Formats: sequence, structure tokens, C-alpha cells
Amino acid sequence: MAPQNDSPPLLEVRNLSIEFPTRRGTLVAVDDISLHIDQGEVLGVVGESGAGKSLTGNAIIGLLEHPGRIASGEILLNGKRIDNLSYEQMRRIRGRDIGAVFQDPLTSLNPLYTVSRQLVETIKVHTDLDTGAARARALELLEAVGIPAAKERLSSYPHEFSGGMRQRVVIALALAAEPRLIIADEPTTALDVSIQAQIIALLKRLCAERGTAVMLVTHDMGVIAETADRVAVMYAGRVVETGPVASVIQNAHHPYTSGLMGSIPHMKHGVNRLTQIDGAMPRLNAIPQGCAFNPRCEKVFDRCRKERPELISIEQNEVACWLYQSDVGGVS
Amino acid sequence: MSDAPVIGPAMTKSGTLMRVEGLKRYFDVSPPLLNRWFEGRPRQILKAVDDATFDVERGKTLSLVGESGCGKSTVARCLVGLHKPTGGKIEFDDIVVTASGTDHFAQVRHRMQMIFQDPFASLNPRWRVFNIVAEPIRAFGLIDAGVALTRRVHELLDLVGLTAEDGKKYPHEFSGGQRQRISIARALASNPEFLICDEPTSALDVSVQAQILNLMRDLQDEFGLTYLFISHDLSVVYHMSDSVGVMYLGRIVEIRSAAEFFAGPLHPYSQLLLETIPSLENIGVARAPLAGEVPNPLSPPTGCAFHPRCPFANDRCRSERPSLREVNGGLAACHGVEENRISETQQL
Amino acid sequence: MTDTNTRLLYRIYDSDIGYSFRKSRIAVAATIVTLIYFLAAIFAPLVAPTNPYDLASLNLSDAFTPPAWVEGGSSKFLIGADDQGRDLLSAIIFGARMSLLVGFASTFLAFVIGVSVGLVAGFRGGMVDAILMRIADIQLSFPAILVALLIDGVARSVMPSDMHDTIALWVLIFSIGISGWVNFARTVRGSCMVERGKEYVQAARVIGIKSTTIMVRHLLPNVMGPVLVIATIQLAVAILLEAALSFLGVGMPLTKPSLGTLINTGQNFLYSGEWWITIFPGVALAILVLAVNLVGDWMRDALNPKLR
Repeated sequence: MAPQNDSPPLLEVRNLSIEFPTRRGTLVAVDDISLHIDQGEVLGVVGESGAGKSLTGNAIIGLLEHPGRIASGEILLNGKRIDNLSYEQMRRIRGRDIGAVFQDPLTSLNPLYTVSRQLVETIKVHTDLDTGAARARALELLEAVGIPAAKERLSSYPHEFSGGMRQRVVIALALAAEPRLIIADEPTTALDVSIQAQIIALLKRLCAERGTAVMLVTHDMGVIAETADRVAVMYAGRVVETGPVASVIQNAHHPYTSGLMGSIPHMKHGVNRLTQIDGAMPRLNAIPQGCAFNPRCEKVFDRCRKERPELISIEQNEVACWLYQSDVGGVS
Repeated sequence: MSDAPVIGPAMTKSGTLMRVEGLKRYFDVSPPLLNRWFEGRPRQILKAVDDATFDVERGKTLSLVGESGCGKSTVARCLVGLHKPTGGKIEFDDIVVTASGTDHFAQVRHRMQMIFQDPFASLNPRWRVFNIVAEPIRAFGLIDAGVALTRRVHELLDLVGLTAEDGKKYPHEFSGGQRQRISIARALASNPEFLICDEPTSALDVSVQAQILNLMRDLQDEFGLTYLFISHDLSVVYHMSDSVGVMYLGRIVEIRSAAEFFAGPLHPYSQLLLETIPSLENIGVARAPLAGEVPNPLSPPTGCAFHPRCPFANDRCRSERPSLREVNGGLAACHGVEENRISETQQL
Repeated sequence: MTDTNTRLLYRIYDSDIGYSFRKSRIAVAATIVTLIYFLAAIFAPLVAPTNPYDLASLNLSDAFTPPAWVEGGSSKFLIGADDQGRDLLSAIIFGARMSLLVGFASTFLAFVIGVSVGLVAGFRGGMVDAILMRIADIQLSFPAILVALLIDGVARSVMPSDMHDTIALWVLIFSIGISGWVNFARTVRGSCMVERGKEYVQAARVIGIKSTTIMVRHLLPNVMGPVLVIATIQLAVAILLEAALSFLGVGMPLTKPSLGTLINTGQNFLYSGEWWITIFPGVALAILVLAVNLVGDWMRDALNPKLR
């Protein structure tokens, strides 16, 4: 998974662990994961609730909520560590180098300020533009994200926009300082289905035009399928499978990934029973020993209950599953 | 009662179980009286459901789909008596439940039940699971307390894949999927024939969603249940339904058998909805996004409510409201379909 | 102790609330102080050195005996005696008993009225809610002391004079209770409006459960958290209010003095050098109210998930 060529990847997460100290012991919410995102690439991070995908995103932009903390590992942006920066230093990176789009657009917008003021301030903080130029740029951005009559809507307040339009404003805000990476955490989950497609298409087009890389955190495999270049599937704080999007979706190796794909109701598959994975994601205080998926796995064997599998290359994917470790004589 | 089947009505009957005619539910969302007096603001009426007509076949599943605010949940709430309809007629098993002046709801209440969307809000956090499941049994006086009640609750828990031991726990000790199972057990407790399921899986993870959908289909097969399934997720609807009704801004715009609907929907809005289903086949291919958003339901567009977003709209669509007409064995409310301007093969 | 009791106690000890309690030294200290007051009040006849109500045991020659460590003090009266020759410590213990009795009873009354009104207003909404809440607003616009004085005045004019002392306790409880219900009502109404929209309440309505049953069995247990906080704070307020009323002479009579009555009696002698008669009951009152308030503060923080 190390970068193949000379230049470092845009973002690299190395052996990141995030833990929550509680009085009953430390809960490990993200457990030793490694990811990388290249320039202009869309990495989908997919998983069910509690998989640790949002925490990973928050850790990258330095917004882990107390008492969560990075226990070990490194986060590198362009080869420079950003996980140990002070809040103030991180604040400058956020917005200028890394933009963020969250699930609920209302939390990203200040309800007391007009949209133009928020955009202009963001632009001025992160660039050298003066107020006039920043205003012009704000208008340009609003037009780019497809706000109709953008000029008139500049002086509107966030509550005067509909949900879909608000998310467009948030995307404009995230793009304001031309960051090279956008962390999009469930950007379409709160929106209606017909709006979801619009927002995804918009995000994809804008980032492609600007060469902005995206880390798309979502539970929605469909969104990943149409947007991402590569995908990392997370389960109980670990990456269980990663690889090019087509390969992970159509040729999943990890039993969790293939189960997940089968459990999505599918128009082409007829109205048969859905594949179901029994049980539920373990709670953080009860993550099983060995492979975290072993109690729900149909192909479980002895080793899965004892040792934790590491990611190994299988065809185009990397899979963390003992089935594919040749020294055990598993299926290959 | 004891020798009767665990759950369920006579399975031999067929035909229409629930008939809804011209159902209306308006909400008064006017500003407070004083504001209206002093600021001269008008009364505002939100027509959440306007003239909905449909039948639900016994033992089948009718799904109502649409985006938020289209009125599908309001329909569900009218049917179970949580909202009093503003107008229209609801018949359950040929008993007029709601029509102007009459209300025989109490007669049929125990024969229908509801499954709610949010498994974290639909169970009283201070009640043990046993009491939650037993509540409808006690409320309808079906079984006297004691061994029989205990046995029945345990039977219900077992039916949805939980154990008798789980009855002693509180809801917070369960995951979302397990809570939805408890919710289903409670809904089945009064031996209902008709289950109204309001987005029962939209708060769940996909792998858990599959468990719940499979469970619901098993229960339908076993007890001949009739479902009204409310959802915004067409792939789930595809998996569950015998027929599909599409709602837009409080009106039903199309209603057809599921097979026909998914083979080729008639109404342009249905086509749009179908387009939005993410596909795992066409990787990297974006869905065709349709411009525009759902208009404010307080001031719906004139004529066909969908015309501002519809690529086929003409003057007639802008002025005259289409009514549901029979087209190819289904019903659609669209001038374009009626005039043969839009065929189901046409893509947006 | 049975096994289940032990387990329940352990579960409380080990719960999040129990943990936050153990971690908060102030809360523990305040609870201990409050408990000491409660126990002393309950077992006053056993704890107090003398019975201050027993007029026969009083000796006027003991009047104004200063505290034991002051010159002229006697070991018989640890913190001195009052103008009747009563042992002040005993008077304070019995006074605290009265204060706590009035405090608890009036808080309970306020609780019952407030929670009922809040439940009905929050669950029914609409016109019922509007009317009940306007009544609450009107209630709030009268200072509690004024309400108490009013009720006291009416009660005194209606009742024969020889009954004044007997009914004084009930008048106090009633008037303080009446002036304290609004906080309960508002809190319960607020929580109730949130809970009412939740699906478990709708599920109960779908099976035709009666409104009153829904309010009592479903809503009430879910709105009790904030109510406990209000109740604790209201207890402190009620004790203070009782003291204020007794100080003004409309509270507990001299024959059954509360802490407020003692302070009132003592203040006549404050300037003639007998400071202990008023200072010690005052300090006792201040410590009690502070302790109860600190318990209430901790409870509010512990029960509010946003602050954790």
C-alpha cells in the first residue's frame, strides 16, 4: 500500500488508532488502519454505523471530539505530519488544504450570517484576495454549485435555502479556498433521493474539474459505486477490504464485503431472499478477539477466533481475511 | 383462543382488505391568532394528503413511495387512526372505518398495527421488553395476565428471532435491528391482519435491513399478513411489493402492479424516482440527476404539481390538474401519458 | 440484605450516575451534610440534649446563657440558651425538623400540582396548554412571599384565633407549595412535548391506550429526570421561603419554632450582645440550604447528557 512512485500521496494515514478512554477501560474505535489518497482521487470509505469511518474523517481534519484521541499512528498531508499540529495550526490547514462537507448542512453554516458573508470570510482567511475580489469569487462559487439566481441569493441566510440548496452552499464553502482534499462525511444522507443524485454529480464534477481529491465517507454502497475510484470497507474500526471500486463491488473477497453486497436489495437480482449477515456490528466494548467479524462469518475457522488478520493482496484487492493466507491452506 | 393459530386471520379469504377513497388530510399551519391579527398574515392550510384513493389486497403488499413531504406517512397515520382524516372514506374488511359522521374505528383497531421508522424512539426506554410486547395484548384484553400471557410473549419474541430471556431487558440493551424486531413482535401481539410499516428499515444498516426485510416476508408468508409499506427507497420497495403507489405533493400520481411499474413506469416522476436508484452494476456511471426540488407544499404549483420539474410539461399541464386514469392496467395522473405524449420507454 | 438488593445497590454504585457522584467530592460532602440534617431531624427527640417543647423543664434563670466556650457559658448549653432558657442546640435540631417537614411537604405539593399540570398541558397542547400556561404566568407574577402572606392572612381571618397555631403548619405548606409548582409544570410540559412526538407514544395510541394511561405510564417515567433536579432545588427554595415567612411572623409559631422563627426571636437580642441566639440558627439554615443546593447542582449536571 505504500506509494509506488517518487511523490508521496496527497494524504496518507499510517497505522491510525483512535481510542476513547472511559472509566471501564479504553475503547478502541479505530484500530490500526492505513489509507492513502492520491491527487485528484476519490476514495470511498464505506461501512455500517459504528465502523469508525466518520471518526477517521474527523481525525484527518483534526476535529475529533473529546474524549476521543489519536492513540497511535500518523496522518501525513503531502508527506508532512498533520496529526500532531496545534489546534491553531490545524485550523489554518482546514479550509485551505482540506475542505469538509458534513451530513447536516445546517451544522456547517452559521445561521446568523448571510451566505455571502460566510463565503467571503472563508475566502479572505485562506487567500490574499481583498473583499471585492472575494465577493466576486463567492458569486462564482455559488454559480458553480448550481444555485439559481446566485446573485440575488448571496445575501440570503442559510434557513432561506432548501436542504439540497444548503448542501450546495456547503460544497461551495468547502471549495472556497481551492483545497486539494475534501472530506465528505455522508454528504447526501439527509437529502431526498432525487436530490442525492444531483449533489453527488455536482461534487464529482467540481472535484474532477479542479483536481480535488475526495475522501467520501458513507454507508451507501450505491453512492460509492458511481463516485469513487477506490474504496475501503471498514468493519469494527478496521479496514477489511480495499481496492479499485469495481473490483471490490463485483469481486469482493472478504466475507463481510460480499455479504454486504448481497444484502443490498437489487433490481437485477429478482425478488428472492436477500443475503443476510446475522447479528450486528459489535459494540466497542465487546469487539471479539481475532478477526472482528468472526462471530458473524459463515466461513469462520479456528484461526479467525485467535489471530487478527492483516491486509494481504488478492488479485486487485487487499483483504484482511485468514481464508486467503496461503500458509494455512485456506481457499484461494 | 388457545387453540387458534398463533397469529393471523383465515387465510382463505381474498380480495380487498382495505379500501381508501378520496382520503384528505389537511393541517392548519397558520401562524398564531395574535400574529394573524397584528401582522395581517393569512391562514395557511397544508394539504398533506389530497384525494388519495387506493385498495390494498388481502395478503399482498402495497408500497407507497415518494420523497419527504409527499404525504405517504400521513396516509399511514390516517389509516391507523393517529390522524383524523379531513375527508374521504376508509373501509377495512367492508367495515366503514371513517366516513363523514361515522366512526367504527374501535371495531377494527386490533386488526391493524403499525411498525415505526426509528427503532430508538419507538420503544419506551423505561419499559422492559416483555411489557412492551405485552402492551397490546393487555390493552385489547386478549389474554389475562399469568402463564398464558408469558407464554404468548415468549412465543412472539421467538417468532422475531429473540429469546424469552430478552424480555427481561430494557430497549437500550439492544442494537437497532433487534429493537426493530421487538417493534415487530409488539405489532404482531394482537393478531393483526394488516401491518402498516412506515419506513421500517430506513434507520438501519444494510446488512441489518436485509435481516428485517427477510423476517417481514417470512411473517407475511406464514400468517398471510397484508402490508402497507411506506418507503423512499425504491430498491427496498422492489424487493417487498406486489403493487406500488407513487405520491407527489399529497397526491397519488401513479399506482400499478410492482412488476409493471419496475418494468416501465408511466408517470415522468416515477421514471425520475426509478432513475435515482443507485446501481452496483454501472460502476462510475452517475445517475442522471433531474433538476429542481420538491416545491413548497404550502403553495403547490398550479395544474399538475410536477410540471415545474417535468421535461414533458405543456400548457395543459400548467393549468389543469390531471386525475388518475386507467392506463395499461394501472392508474396514472398525467396528461402526457393520457395523450400518449410520453411512453414508458422514453427516458428522461 | 437479600441478594437482589445487594445487586441493585451495586448496579447503582457502578452506574454512570454513581460514578459521577463518587467523582464529585462536593456532591458527596453535600449529600453527607444533608443526610446528617435529615437524620437529626427524624431522630430529633433522641439526638437533642433536651426537649425544647417541654415548658416544664425550662428555667428562666438559664436565659441568655452564652455558648460553653464563652465566659459565663455552661456545659449544659453547648451553644448557649435563648431568652426562655431553652438549650439552643436542641431548639435548632427541632427547628430544622420543622423546616425540613415544611420543605418536603410543600415541595411534594408543588410536585404533584406542577407535574399534573405539566403533563396535561404538554400532552394535550393547543387550547388546554395555552390556558394552563397563562395561569402559570399569572402565578409567577406574584412573588411567593406575597402569595404566602395572602393565604396566611385569609386563613387567619377565617379561622378562630385559638386555631392559628395548629393550622400555621398547613398554611405554610399550602402557600409555599402553591408558589412553587410553576417550575415543575414548565419543565414537565417541555419534556412532555418532546416525548409526545416520539414513536413509542404513537405506538400506544395506535392500540387505543387512553390518554391518561399514556400520560402516567408512558410519559411520566420519561420526564422524571429533570423533575428530580427541580425538586431538589425547590426543596432548598421552600426551606428558605419558610424561614423568611417565619421570620416575618406569619410562619411557625413560637411554640413550635422552625429555624426561621429562631432567627426571628434572636434578632431582638442581636444588638444587646446575645448574638448566639440568632447567629447559630442562621448558620444552620445557611449550611442546610447550601448543601441541598449543591446536591441539586450536581444532579442537574449528572442528568444532563450535554454537559458530560
